[in-house]
Amino acid sequence: MSTVHELIDLAASHFGVDGSGLAPDDDLFASLGIDSVKALELMTELELEWDIEIPDYELREVKTFADLAAVCDRRR
Amino acid sequence: MLPLGHVQSLGEALLDATYTFKSNVALLEADRRRETGRRTFAEVRAEAVQVAEWLQAGGFVAGDRCAILMQNGSRWPIGATGVFIAGGVLLPLDYKLTAPEQAALIAHGRPSVLLTEWPVWRLLRDHIAGLEHRPRVVVHDVPEGEALDAVDGLEVVRWDDLPAPVDVEGFALVERAREDVACIVYSSGTGGTPKGCMLTHDNYLCQAEALGAWYPMAEDDLVFSVLPTNHAIDFMTGFLMPALFGGRVVHQRTLRGEFLSWTMQHYGVTHIALVPRLLKMFEEKIRERIDGLPAWQRLVVDGLLAVNEAATWKRPNHALSSKLLKPLHDGFGGRLRYIFAGGAFVERDMAEFFHRIGIPVAIGYGLTEAGTVLTLNDLAPFRADTVGRPIDGVELELRDVDADGVGEVWVRGGTVMKGYLDEPELTAETIVDGWLRTGDRGRLDASGHLKLLGRAKNMIVTAGGKNVYPEDVEALIGDLPGCEELCVVATDYVWPGRGGLGAETLAAVVYLGDDGDLDTVLGELARRNRTLADYKRLAFVVVADDAFPRTASMKVKRGVLAEQVRAQGEPTDLLRALDAREAAE
Repeated sequence: MSTVHELIDLAASHFGVDGSGLAPDDDLFASLGIDSVKALELMTELELEWDIEIPDYELREVKTFADLAAVCDRRR
Repeated sequence: MLPLGHVQSLGEALLDATYTFKSNVALLEADRRRETGRRTFAEVRAEAVQVAEWLQAGGFVAGDRCAILMQNGSRWPIGATGVFIAGGVLLPLDYKLTAPEQAALIAHGRPSVLLTEWPVWRLLRDHIAGLEHRPRVVVHDVPEGEALDAVDGLEVVRWDDLPAPVDVEGFALVERAREDVACIVYSSGTGGTPKGCMLTHDNYLCQAEALGAWYPMAEDDLVFSVLPTNHAIDFMTGFLMPALFGGRVVHQRTLRGEFLSWTMQHYGVTHIALVPRLLKMFEEKIRERIDGLPAWQRLVVDGLLAVNEAATWKRPNHALSSKLLKPLHDGFGGRLRYIFAGGAFVERDMAEFFHRIGIPVAIGYGLTEAGTVLTLNDLAPFRADTVGRPIDGVELELRDVDADGVGEVWVRGGTVMKGYLDEPELTAETIVDGWLRTGDRGRLDASGHLKLLGRAKNMIVTAGGKNVYPEDVEALIGDLPGCEELCVVATDYVWPGRGGLGAETLAAVVYLGDDGDLDTVLGELARRNRTLADYKRLAFVVVADDAFPRTASMKVKRGVLAEQVRAQGEPTDLLRALDAREAAE
């Protein structure tokens, strides 16, 4: 499975939303209903899952699931 | 605390601190459960002199400006100290702004040097190239293999490549006078063009003396610098104050809850300054911990909370509270004595919660135009309903007072800025005969405490002619379970001139969290709404599709929120009447 789909599954289960309707280009914050503090929680989940480290500032350029997947891919 | 009576400048005070406390640890850096840096005051001096000598070698003289644009870390106070001892004026810029916004501030402030770091520079560099006044740039944390010469004709150097300091012991402080400008701080505001507040050395030294008298620190105290250091609060609590007391500051690369806890526990943090959004995150973590206990233990904790509250009502007693409620305090490292809160309105319930567990929240009120704080709670006794009393040296007066005793707050004193950079007219409107107009409205109680009701510009005049402040109604409604965010607006503010709604009818915009249930939230909101004075009651609710837009200091951008709601649809479709719910129940 591609990074972005794994990411969507993880995010959906972490925040208890239905992941089936989420697409890579969806706005991550709006579709999960989270703010940046909550999004940082998700980054920690991803770090544990993939054994990578993502600095907080990377979130600044993230809008969609695909953006975040690209950030993770640079480190996987 | 260093005696400041004869001190003329921040550079003098900071340099003095590096000699007085030379072997004390000054700065710690942590990243995800590991320490990444540790410096004594003497080491800070060496690195600050390195920056100062480099500045001077490039022709930097007294009064020249240097911008600093970095996340919290040891290089921030080191860079700032270097600028001050070289006689410079510091422009602390907000790293959370977008690159074009940052470039606009650099164009406005015209610094001759910019101290920054790679994650910021990577995005900013293309926006700097076109500026008329282009600063020399020092970049920290450049990854291996990244080139710095990407911007045509700009002098850019790696921080790590600065020449070693030549004369650390013999560095000659560049002297400044008290009335000289020390910093130009851009107030984030919630709209309009950015304003560069010129704060003098005297402003900061007066503020430091007043704060030091109310909240003295010990040399083994440790401040966790979490808010951006460019922000007025952390500049004081996470940089100047600990330096003047010989205390330590810890910086951390990430703001995630689990790593914050580790740092607090590992180092034994004693002081932390937070804005309400981060305070809320801490509260949630503690509540989770309490809720996770078996029922009988929860009863014990409830009992202990009551004992603690009774015992610390008149003044805080950290030794007692940390023993009574050890499991909760241990989560914070067991040494946390104070949380400073400001920057936005603090919910009363939240402050009371922390007080109950024995970690008092010192609520203050200030604005960039007047240093850090104007009023502050002294915790004797603890109060969550006010923003405290004016600190020493601040005179506070209410003007245009209405029948309810509410007026606009004006202040005078040593911390009031010199004015806005290049804005004489705006300065003349804001500072009149030495008095600073805050634009906030409040009331003074019998004990001299200020109760802040809201921003004058956010004030809503109801159809009945009553003044209502959205911030006040929001605080009265408090935190609604299942509702992530709530903002009170006048319907006319969102849909100007749309007939049939009544001139300034109050509505709540709500944004539900992941597990929020609309009916439950509306039911609870209707219940609380009925407890409000009639003229403060909400008539409508609008459910927002998105989280609220906020400024860097986490204030809701009310204007942008109104636009978002407007874009969501017509008032007739969006407004849900709260009264109708009441009738149906």
